[in-house]
Amino acid sequence: MIVAEQKPIKEILEMVKDYNKILVLGCKGCVTVCNVGGSKEAAILASTLKIAARKNGKKIEVEEHTLERQCDPEYIDEIKDMIDDYDAVVSIACGVGPQFLSERYPSARVFPGVDTKFMGGAVEHGIWSERCAGCGTCVVHHFGGLCPIARCSKSLLNGPCGGSSNGKCEISKDVDCIWDIIVRRMTELGRLEELLEFVPPKSWITARDGGPRRLIREELVL
Amino acid sequence: MSEYKSGSNLEKVLKAGHFAFTGECGPPQGANVEHLKEKAAHLKGCVDAVNVTDNQTAVVRMSSWAASLVLLQEGLEPNFQMVCRDRNRLAIQSDILGVYAHGIRNMLCLSGDHQRFGNHPEAKNVFDIDSMQLIYTVKTMRDEGTFLNGQDIDVPPKLFIGAASNPFAEPFEFRVYRLAKKIAAGADFIQTQCIYNMDRFREFMKRAVDMGLHEKCYILAGVTPMKSVGMARYMAKQVPGMDVPASLIKRLQGAGKGKVAGEGIKFAIEQIEEFKEMEGVAGVHLMAIEWEHRVPEISELAGMLPRPKV
Amino acid sequence: MSDNFKPKIVAFYCSNCASSAASVAESMNKALPDNVKIVQVPCTGRIEILHLLKPFEEGADGVYVAGCQEDSCQYVTGITKAAKRVAYVKKTLEQLDIEPERINIYNLSAGKGQAFVDVALEMNDIVRKLGPVLSE
Ligand code: SF4
Ligand code: SF4
Repeated sequence: MIVAEQKPIKEILEMVKDYNKILVLGCKGCVTVCNVGGSKEAAILASTLKIAARKNGKKIEVEEHTLERQCDPEYIDEIKDMIDDYDAVVSIACGVGPQFLSERYPSARVFPGVDTKFMGGAVEHGIWSERCAGCGTCVVHHFGGLCPIARCSKSLLNGPCGGSSNGKCEISKDVDCIWDIIVRRMTELGRLEELLEFVPPKSWITARDGGPRRLIREELVL
Repeated sequence: MSEYKSGSNLEKVLKAGHFAFTGECGPPQGANVEHLKEKAAHLKGCVDAVNVTDNQTAVVRMSSWAASLVLLQEGLEPNFQMVCRDRNRLAIQSDILGVYAHGIRNMLCLSGDHQRFGNHPEAKNVFDIDSMQLIYTVKTMRDEGTFLNGQDIDVPPKLFIGAASNPFAEPFEFRVYRLAKKIAAGADFIQTQCIYNMDRFREFMKRAVDMGLHEKCYILAGVTPMKSVGMARYMAKQVPGMDVPASLIKRLQGAGKGKVAGEGIKFAIEQIEEFKEMEGVAGVHLMAIEWEHRVPEISELAGMLPRPKV
Repeated sequence: MSDNFKPKIVAFYCSNCASSAASVAESMNKALPDNVKIVQVPCTGRIEILHLLKPFEEGADGVYVAGCQEDSCQYVTGITKAAKRVAYVKKTLEQLDIEPERINIYNLSAGKGQAFVDVALEMNDIVRKLGPVLSE
């Protein structure tokens, strides 16, 4: 899923300080699963904004609403009759949400309420970790099913570098060296030889480096 | 066609079977050419080639190719270092052409320390290719005469290709395989991480020799004399992939006030003496960081002078 | 802050421990201050962050949760969960420049009538000193 984190409240308050009718818009997709942008969090943020207003002696109206998804025009359409009632929208979907909203409702003031972090999953309750950098050409099967592009700090395809120590990456003791894990796993699997083969430079054409990406599936196009 | 790959002094020294001796010089954090020349002057005549670091530890310095040119003008042979952190394959290949055009003949290929260590942690890194692929790039340009895209190069750069190896980083068992991989990718010579744990290095070299790696490539053992107990402790604790045994720290402590640096040099000399005899070791890479002025003394004591003329 | 400021306080009580403490207190003829509004919950673990925020939104000056001792929660982790949520709301309040002391959590034991009243008085005292939630 796409993992996001709520923006500091102060930052959100600063964004919406000139607006008095605010819609906090949640999303039932990834951000619900990572407990940051679902209906529950929309209610919390709305309440927080109201407490801030109370504290500052301001009168504001804040309402919350949660869409099935904010990355789908069909659902974005659902709020067409209500969006004009608000002078600001705080989307707590991933970065796609505020954009789909801005594109569909060009005159609306849309603000991002979360910081979109990465593609990953929950490794423990309350702890998420990155897994994929969306390089566009998946190669994890060469590395024991683990991705060195997203998970090695230097995206080395012929790792590990000389900074790996005690299973940790040179950048921080809190970051696992994925190459350490890859080597150990391949050794256990009796497939170490595969790692001895030189991996040539990767084509990043399919990654973000090749420009903004777009996917067309003719059979699905109406 | 010459019998040499690059014709660099370092290559000739190694090929002639001499025990090579390389030094290191970090470019200034500014355009202070005089200071750079001063540091270089200490190394002149003491070593066969001088590594010029490339934004080492991710701290911005004068570019390594520019500092390499200064050394060249001063009559020293540079070993131009390049990291993959700061350049994509376009910049990498054009810099390779550029340095070759200006007479640089050795190049050390590195991934580079992550920028989070350095003085611009907010920077975006590149890592378009890794150190292994960088070695392959230089080799392809030199031996195939083509760029990475297969296109012909009009006068290919002929560089003596170096790579680094850290025998002490983990996973330990994999390190010698990674060395083999670098050699297969095209490394002509290897400079290792600073060695302090001699037992572990002996074991590493034994495995390298068993695999015949020393016959395919020149391996230079890395030596950095300890200046102080504090430095030893810092390296032991703070530098990832560095192995400083407690016994060495103890030995330095035992040297007594004012004598630690001397003891550090003594240990380095003992190491060099052992490396001269060690099977598979073709030379020593001396990284006397901000201690360039002690290099003549160390070279003398280690019996490395005079350097061979080839 | 005026001396006759009477804060509005909302207290969440777990029906296992805190409420039995309440009945003991009652039998001892000890009453809570009348500005403390009590909300009974089956377990403090059921109190969501939103429940803790709502009173502040609706005019409360202080909120507290009174639950079991950490090791005697009937639902095992209820009180621990509540403690984490209270800590979260403290952080939220801080970010709004509202004193985090306005929300607290207390561990009570069944049968301790005096403690039941004491925490109410303590909270009342803290919040009275802080004054209303409003910047001048
Ligand atoms: S190889 Fe590419 S697509 Fe596959 S997990 Fe890694 S970044 Fe994602
Ligand atoms: S320590 Fe491991 S994860 Fe970190 S950069 Fe080096 S190889 Fe990659």
